Amino acid sequence: MEFFKIKRDIPFMSYGRYTTAISLVTFLFAVFFLATKGLNFGVDFTGGTVIEVHYAESANLVKVREQLKVAGLPDAIVQNFGSSRDVLIQIPLKENTAGAKLSDQVMTALHSQDASVEMRRVEFVGPQVGRDLVDNGAMALLLVSLGIVGYLWIRFEWKFGFSAIIANLHDVVIILGFFAFFQWEFSLSVLAAVLAVLGYSVNESVVVFDRIRENFRKMRKTEAAEIIDNAITRTMSRTIITHGCTQMMVFAMLFLGGETLHYFAMALTIGIMFSIYSSVLVASPILLWLGVSREDFIKPEKVETEEVLP
Amino acid sequence: MNRYPLWKYLLILAVLLAGLIYTLPNFFGESPAVQVLPLRSSMKADATLLNRVDAALKSAGTNPEIVELDGNSIKARFADTDTQLKAKDVLKAALGDDYVVALNLQSRSPAWLSSLHALPMYLGLDLRGGVHFLMQVDMKAALDKSLEAAMGDIRSSMRDENIPYSGVNREGNALLIKFRDAASRARGEEQLKQHFSDYALSEKEDGGDFLIQAQMKPEAENRIEESAVQQNLLTLRNRVNELGVAEPVIQQQGKDRVVVQLPGVQDTARAKDILGRTATLEVRMVDDEHQVTPGGTAPFGTEMFKDREGNTLLVKKQVILTGERINDAQPGFDNRSNEPAVHINLDAVGARKFKEATRENVGKRMAIILFEKGRGEIVTAPVIREEIGGGRVQISGKMTTDEAQDTALLLRAGALAAPMDIIEERTVGPSLGADNIARGFNSTKIGFILIAVFMVAYYMMFGMISVLALAANLLLLVALLSMLQATLTLPGMAGIALTLGMAIDSNVLINERIREELRNGITPQAAINAGYEHAFATILDSNLTNLIVGIALFLFGSGPIKGFAVVLCLGILTSMFSSVLVSRALVNLIYGRRARLTSVSIG
Repeated sequence: MEFFKIKRDIPFMSYGRYTTAISLVTFLFAVFFLATKGLNFGVDFTGGTVIEVHYAESANLVKVREQLKVAGLPDAIVQNFGSSRDVLIQIPLKENTAGAKLSDQVMTALHSQDASVEMRRVEFVGPQVGRDLVDNGAMALLLVSLGIVGYLWIRFEWKFGFSAIIANLHDVVIILGFFAFFQWEFSLSVLAAVLAVLGYSVNESVVVFDRIRENFRKMRKTEAAEIIDNAITRTMSRTIITHGCTQMMVFAMLFLGGETLHYFAMALTIGIMFSIYSSVLVASPILLWLGVSREDFIKPEKVETEEVLP
Repeated sequence: MNRYPLWKYLLILAVLLAGLIYTLPNFFGESPAVQVLPLRSSMKADATLLNRVDAALKSAGTNPEIVELDGNSIKARFADTDTQLKAKDVLKAALGDDYVVALNLQSRSPAWLSSLHALPMYLGLDLRGGVHFLMQVDMKAALDKSLEAAMGDIRSSMRDENIPYSGVNREGNALLIKFRDAASRARGEEQLKQHFSDYALSEKEDGGDFLIQAQMKPEAENRIEESAVQQNLLTLRNRVNELGVAEPVIQQQGKDRVVVQLPGVQDTARAKDILGRTATLEVRMVDDEHQVTPGGTAPFGTEMFKDREGNTLLVKKQVILTGERINDAQPGFDNRSNEPAVHINLDAVGARKFKEATRENVGKRMAIILFEKGRGEIVTAPVIREEIGGGRVQISGKMTTDEAQDTALLLRAGALAAPMDIIEERTVGPSLGADNIARGFNSTKIGFILIAVFMVAYYMMFGMISVLALAANLLLLVALLSMLQATLTLPGMAGIALTLGMAIDSNVLINERIREELRNGITPQAAINAGYEHAFATILDSNLTNLIVGIALFLFGSGPIKGFAVVLCLGILTSMFSSVLVSRALVNLIYGRRARLTSVSIG
């Protein structure tokens, strides 16, 4: 079986103007939603209490809310989680409340109403912790970006490092844009997924770059644009197959992994889609635009100084 | 060209075999168990205890699968959790307060595997259920307390030396001592220099007042903070013992935080209650006039307490001092005999009371008792040799350095316990833990099957080889995680799935390259060789960039991110091995021997 039997190189670079324009528009939309709607940060970052409980029969959310109101928690958000028998209770962080003791109060209140209630999970995050997590997350993002640029610089050339990181940060911003637009919960595991996408997406760019370098060495008389077109066309089959395989695994997590892995897998799905696009249609045009040439890899042969000869 | 020397095949075979052995325990799984540990280090778990445990369990009708001695503890394994819970109650009743009876999980794998240290993967709290607390030590309170104590001490030391002063005030982290004239300030400074070496002194004039500003030295501040954390760690350890947790984790994190992880604990309200309790310390006189009869009643006006070796002592009910009067307790050495000793520093009121008590009771013993949840334990009961004034007390004699350290920590625990707050809690119920395992396992399994079907359909024989290499990757990754006993969490399981999804990339690269070479019209043998050769540089680059990401995530991630990062990094290493070496070995075995190969099955 073979999906891709492409005889001639597809002139990707001649579409460069359109593809970068599409990217730019998507990117600007993502930034716009991030600025206007913002991310819906989960309890990991904002602090607060999340309690997941399980009832033997379908839970009556109205009664649960009333019970919590009686217990002095009118701001509690009560909603179903996965099934009608699972309930998620979110209580924002307020000053001078019981802090870690809050979950016990809630469980006592719920227990008095329905003895079948079972505690599945409690997460309490104090205000000090959330701030640290945001700082560490930002630090990780910065370090990953620097590490990648540095590596590609050493292994290839600064132009490659620069265009790869632009393309990949563009993926990250777009994932965040999706999370802002749909107001999906942004938790620590989503952050892990976003950072993993950064690595994954670079991986993608590296495969194309490797081919570009190889082509520069082999195809001596060819223009840079054609060399890049050839590299992308030759690696396209691998790109689609690999991402298809990874995506199969991610789909398994998205549909079977339960609520906890759902948004993790969601971030990966968006990331995978856009990393194909960006490494081919963003990184390569930038590379071309930065003026990549054969001389970046092969030292130009020195012209013999004939005039010295007698 | 597509042949490996024999040693290479043997090496790969050996690695895979080791992988298989270390993966095996995961298939046997774990059974519920009860672990019995002696509470005090002086008591040992031995054959006698083993027989006691065995007899107690048999008479109660709970039939353990196996009861064995493991290090300094006894472990009994059961078929199901109901029997396990029943057995725990039985043992608690039979053994009394001197032992910790904890619920645990024990590997079901055969003894020869356990003897190779082949253990199942260590499951994180989100998979096995349990509580995770992050606690913050209130450093400001610890410093405040120390400053307050210093203020009192400065006042009394000025009074004792008859140095006229007009006040001691606090300004931030500094103390201001006011004098009326320069002469008394000079005397005061001399006195402060001698006795308050933790403070840096500087002179100041302010509107006719002669001032000394005493600023706490940074090293003193660090010492107070460090000891506040150490002492909280110790108290937490003692209290967790009481909760009966098999493998608790109590660790310092950063400068002022403590992580407490209690696997299997469900009653979080009780856990919080016990962890948040405050300990108090009392100093009383020992009653040596009456005979101690263990089990009998104490005479009027006295109480019975056990010391840390388990001996019972009679102690008078009248309290000489409480823990608030102790400023500090440090291990050290007796400056005359050079024996290990504990130096206690009392505050002004404490020093006065202590002086009176020691004057009247020379030659008698006093007891320092640590109270927790209404139960007292004698930390130490030294003999009073002489009247002790000045608030500096030294306890020495028949002590090892370790004991001195322990005693000092316990004294501090009851004295200036800096308060701790729970700033993060994550509790996972056992049913959710089991669900998480099932979900993580299922998605990996389904994902793997999907990839396998696709790869075989698309690349035929080479797809089959890729799938076998991927299976080897999974085997080695699980083996590595089991060997390192790295904590496996749900994000970690997601990491395994994602690693597999990404590892196939290497094989796709190789297979595509071979196809391309074949299309260019070279012979199959050469195409295979060129395919592997050309793809390798790309594989190396892309894996190294991923490794950079993994390491950064590990360094800066916390909680779920860290668990994910560990798996990601290990997975990159195993995938390099399996996708390049294992798959090449298989290709060489299948195609390498045929001299005139006309076609390969690559779809």
